[in-house]
Amino acid sequence: MALTSDPPVEKTAHHPPSDDGTALTVVPVRRPWRWVAVVATVVVLVQFGHGLVTNPAWEWDVFARYFATEAVLQAVWVTLQLTLYGTVLGFALGVVLAFMRLSASPFLRAVAFGYIWAFRSIPLIVQLLFWFNLAYLYEELSIGIPFGPGFHAFETVGLVGAMSAAVLGLALHQAAYAAEIVRGGVLAVDGGQLEAAASLGIPRLRRLRRIVLPQAMRSILPNAANEIVSLFKGTSIVSVMAIGELFYQVQVVYGRTGRVVPLLMVATVWYLLLTTALSVVQHYVERHYAKGSTR
Amino acid sequence: MSATAAPPATAPKVALRGVRKSFGDVEVLRGVDLDVAPGEVTVVLGPSGSGKSTLLRTINHLEKVDGGSVSVDGVLVGYRRSGNKLYELREREILRQRTRIGFVFQNFHLFPHLTVLENITEAPVSALRRPRPAAEEAARRLLARVGLADRAEAYPRQLSGGQQQRVAIARALALEPGLLLFDEPTSALDPELVGEVLDVIRDLAAAGTTMIVVTHEIGFAREVADTVVFMDEGRIVERGTPAEVLDRPAHERTRAFLSKVL
Repeated sequence: MALTSDPPVEKTAHHPPSDDGTALTVVPVRRPWRWVAVVATVVVLVQFGHGLVTNPAWEWDVFARYFATEAVLQAVWVTLQLTLYGTVLGFALGVVLAFMRLSASPFLRAVAFGYIWAFRSIPLIVQLLFWFNLAYLYEELSIGIPFGPGFHAFETVGLVGAMSAAVLGLALHQAAYAAEIVRGGVLAVDGGQLEAAASLGIPRLRRLRRIVLPQAMRSILPNAANEIVSLFKGTSIVSVMAIGELFYQVQVVYGRTGRVVPLLMVATVWYLLLTTALSVVQHYVERHYAKGSTR
Repeated sequence: MSATAAPPATAPKVALRGVRKSFGDVEVLRGVDLDVAPGEVTVVLGPSGSGKSTLLRTINHLEKVDGGSVSVDGVLVGYRRSGNKLYELREREILRQRTRIGFVFQNFHLFPHLTVLENITEAPVSALRRPRPAAEEAARRLLARVGLADRAEAYPRQLSGGQQQRVAIARALALEPGLLLFDEPTSALDPELVGEVLDVIRDLAAAGTTMIVVTHEIGFAREVADTVVFMDEGRIVERGTPAEVLDRPAHERTRAFLSKVL
């Protein structure tokens, strides 16, 4: 806070004898604009906070009533499930696609390139509606869809169809982006590492899993965390398929009660809380993969 | 260790025949023949760009050859011969061949996210399927041999360059290879750290390990080499005992090179 505490010039003039340079005090550069910016920011934040508290339109009592109701908690759980399945399946497929794109085989490279091209080009919402309707189609035709064992844990038959479609759409979409993130991370690993591993006769898969991926993780992680957070909030797009995730659920409630703002705040605060939790996890995972590095 | 100028009676450990290699339009190796006898230390000298590193890298198939052949212990490296054709081997077979050939890089290429001990045990455990406890015990013995018994749990970045290169040598030795290849092992080191790495290589030579060393250390070549090879522009210009090549070079280009580095 030493905005005006510059020592008067005359003061130094009173101490000329110690001029051998040993008794001098170091004064850091003064940054007055930093303090101006801090004050301006604090003023804006306080104003906003004051508004939150005093403006009755926020209806905090309504917020408090709905924040932890069972319907909302259930919706948060669905949102988390969508994020989890989308992330796990998306990155699992993404890793495969990334190594296909890096492979020496022109066939595998072309397939991976085609996949990434297609799934990055089609808007997620279009894709979701497509899978959603496809699920209906298969149901009518009574053909069993091999969606995998993981998807059959849901309550009603109708929900299984919609959930599976949503997870499939999110995961396939996510895989295209994950593939590029993983590929970028692998490219960032020094080629000498692969050469050293090859010269030691370490088998190919082991080389990827033990030597390349752990090092690639350092550059994959920040981008991957971005993608997961983005997917987490992006699950709200699934509300178009009437799946009871967080955003859909608050829409249902404010459709019934007309209390739009406090219910949007319910969703917002949940998204904030869970994104914060993800960021904390990210911090620790990044620290784990920083083993043996200096920064 | 004794200088054997006469061609060895036994089968060569390494035999290169007419090895050619180009990178794009640049012909890096223009037909190289070289025999290395078992237990022999061969030092390869030559100006930069003469192809000596590429030559070394063809011996464990890090570099594919465009023509000619490389064999170690009488077995072709990287290829299988059928009639007049060489068929490239599958990666798995090439990897198996490489476990018998140790390679030490100029820039160490230690795995930075693994400890010194993990760096050394990785290949024995994954490539030779040794049980981990046995591999660790062997790794600790190797670390003692290169004078780093107390650094097993360190990460590579916590070590000096000389220590890292000694770990890299221990890592190559962990596969108990019959042949060691060194690609300018001291070129990335501060001058005061060169000695400790050369000491380790000197010990290996004394123990009778077959080695091919690409280096710029003329003094080391004179002291340790059984055979010195001088390369220029992708060819072997001269080959002989250190005394022959270093003190009485027959070729003008060898003399010109030595006059610059000595």
